[in-house]
Amino acid sequence: MLNRRRFLTSTGAAGFAALHLSPAFAQDAPQIQIFVPAAPGGGWDQTARTMDQVLRSEKLISGSQITNVGGAGGTVGLPQFISQWNGKGNSLMVAGMVMVGAIIANKSANNLTEVTPIARLTGEFEALVVPAASPFKTAADFVAALKADPTKVPVAGGSAGGSDHILFGLIAKTVGVPAANLSYVPFAGGGEALSALLGNQVAAGISGYGEFSEQVKAGALRLLAISADKRQEGIDAPTLKEAGIDVELFNWRGVFAPPGVSDADKAAMITLVETMAKSDAWATECKNRNWTQILLTGDDYAKFLAEDTARIAAILKDLGLA
Amino acid sequence: METLSHLAHGFSVAFTPVNLMWCLLGTTLGTAIGVLPGLGPALTIALLLPITYQVAPEASFILFAGIYYGAMYGGSTTSILLNTPGESATIVTALEGNRMARSGRGGAALATSAIGSFVAGTLGTLGVAFLAPVVVKFALSFGPAEYFSLMVLAFITVSAVLGSSSVRGLTSLFVGFVIGMIGVDLQTGQPRFTFGMSQLLDGVDVIVVAVGLFAVGETFYMASRRYAGKDEIVPLKGSLYMTAAEWARSWKAWLRGALLGFPIGALPAGGAEIPTFLSYAIEKKLSKHKEEFGTVGAIEGVAGPEAANNASAAGVLVPMLTLGLPTSATAAIMLSAFQSYGINPGPMLFMTQANLVWGLIASLFIANIILVILNLPLIGLWVRLLKIPAPQLYAGILVFATVGTYGISQSPTDLVILYLLGGAGFLMRRFDFPTAPVIIGMILWPLAETQFRRAMTISNGDWSVFYKHPLSLTLLTLAFIGLIGPHIYAFIERRRTRGPEHVPGDA
Repeated sequence: MLNRRRFLTSTGAAGFAALHLSPAFAQDAPQIQIFVPAAPGGGWDQTARTMDQVLRSEKLISGSQITNVGGAGGTVGLPQFISQWNGKGNSLMVAGMVMVGAIIANKSANNLTEVTPIARLTGEFEALVVPAASPFKTAADFVAALKADPTKVPVAGGSAGGSDHILFGLIAKTVGVPAANLSYVPFAGGGEALSALLGNQVAAGISGYGEFSEQVKAGALRLLAISADKRQEGIDAPTLKEAGIDVELFNWRGVFAPPGVSDADKAAMITLVETMAKSDAWATECKNRNWTQILLTGDDYAKFLAEDTARIAAILKDLGLA
Repeated sequence: METLSHLAHGFSVAFTPVNLMWCLLGTTLGTAIGVLPGLGPALTIALLLPITYQVAPEASFILFAGIYYGAMYGGSTTSILLNTPGESATIVTALEGNRMARSGRGGAALATSAIGSFVAGTLGTLGVAFLAPVVVKFALSFGPAEYFSLMVLAFITVSAVLGSSSVRGLTSLFVGFVIGMIGVDLQTGQPRFTFGMSQLLDGVDVIVVAVGLFAVGETFYMASRRYAGKDEIVPLKGSLYMTAAEWARSWKAWLRGALLGFPIGALPAGGAEIPTFLSYAIEKKLSKHKEEFGTVGAIEGVAGPEAANNASAAGVLVPMLTLGLPTSATAAIMLSAFQSYGINPGPMLFMTQANLVWGLIASLFIANIILVILNLPLIGLWVRLLKIPAPQLYAGILVFATVGTYGISQSPTDLVILYLLGGAGFLMRRFDFPTAPVIIGMILWPLAETQFRRAMTISNGDWSVFYKHPLSLTLLTLAFIGLIGPHIYAFIERRRTRGPEHVPGDA
């Protein structure tokens, strides 16, 4: 069959191009496997591919194999990682806050306590924005309107139960507005939410700062506040805390080893990831992608994970999603 | 004038031997991945993202743009020859295209789709170069209420593909609705119709459904009819390419398809499927050869949708380049490639990265030319596929459909679904239920539902948004006219031909 032959030659060519790209690898460095419970192209996948790139350029590994099993906030891939990757000491799974929320909302049979926490790597803080023409000049204006009648303040963001929705819930809870009354308009992708804002279809938007940054710089959107822990260089907006809303949130991403790995493998993996996270190459990549480095490893990471899971579970319950 | 000088500069970027090589590589690769169901441009570009660490931004975007356009060309080939759509945007192409192939006009179907893709792709790219700022303003005025009204209009127009029996057609459409609802509901995050299976949380891929119902179902049907004695596929009849009459029937369809595809593609929630449905419906309405639709295959029904999907591919680039809005999976991945160069795509992109943007636009023109040159001679080779005897051909289709489906997400569950749907497709064929409405239902329903609920959330439950927004009202009015217009027309016709004996009060 011609079509198949053509297909094979072409993919062969692509494979060759990809091989050609990998730099000469160090012989003694290990080979690792990265499991991405999302389709290629998203945040977790980019994290995995950037890790692969930095680890190789720093000669920490000789190469890596990335496996994508996408779907439903990672809850399709997670069971597979737990059952089929059990005990594989050279493997990592990329996951993050979105998966914590999806596990709760989808009532997944598996959760992140079953895998081995290695490191929290990066986070993206969220931004609260309004269209340029909006009457809201500050976060206080927004909160006042929300308190007056939450149903009249439709807010656009990512999928229901995701980090944007969670932040909106947390803001409402903190200022004393019942989360169940909120008018949240979920969009599948950042682009669609952004167009609803630019077209003045909604009152405000919540998403990762990176989604909005260029529109804010161009003056099409007004940035009211960010969810980071402190003011960010080059961003002319207060944190939510400074604006009088005591909420801090990073849409964090981290890596996990499978269940059943030895302590030695776990320690080696933590060292590997820590070395990578402290390299200049990683710092440059994070800067390019608007990722804030929030490194936390091993037991500290496990403790953080437990706290964050409890916080997310509580707010999803308030939002009526759990 | 300014645009022209920018464009000239863009061509000087694109016309370097290295960039031409990337363009050729991209278009070839794109055509190949378009052919295989499951492997789409988004996935391919995502897998090639590491290339951005090695080559200049212009080169990688030219490569990606080539893949993107190439996939739109390649997707139609398997739709036409094997009834196995490679991309969701080419599902409609299979309806008439495969009929044509079976009646010996496969070459013409492939030619009209390649040339139509070229014409529409070029028009769409011109649109990106000259109309982007205007189109984007129009696109942003679309809110959830407008989208919902657009979906209503689409539902009304696609009733054209329901087939001869509306009851059967509507049954198929409703089956499509149900399949479309499977998975996590975006508005509430709750799973629906997943029966506790985590594999179903993300819903069922439309390609799996299309390949299952069309290709696998067809194969089962053919296998069951084998001893009935007739071999339906006619290898080739008449000229390999298009006849003068076929040209005459195609060119208007290309233009209409392009006019539908480009603006809808530019809408942030427009997509490539809806313009293909609308184009098909319009071509069927306007055609002077209605009897060929669904029987021997009407060339307009291939030319229009193929032009529409290529023009919409160009349309998608409008919000991406002017506002940094990714409105399709492929655009989102291309944007993340921008980021790995430290370029933040946004409203300033045309200014700050003029070299890159205009180089990209120029290379889209070149990609279109390369693609039509690449694809026309291939037609001679492709149609030989149809000379393969039926048992071997259908066995090949089955293998091809299975491998392609597995390629979508490497999920064995998808294969089970594929064969279940294949069985369903067989039964539908056997009992004369049309399969196309299933696909249309499963694509349109989730969109309509989501937009409706968004509109109601924003308006706080006030229905008046649908008729108070002028654009929404216009679309609903068009839908209403589409619904009752033909009946009124028929009524008037009847009165006129029957003459005075029906005048009221005449004894």
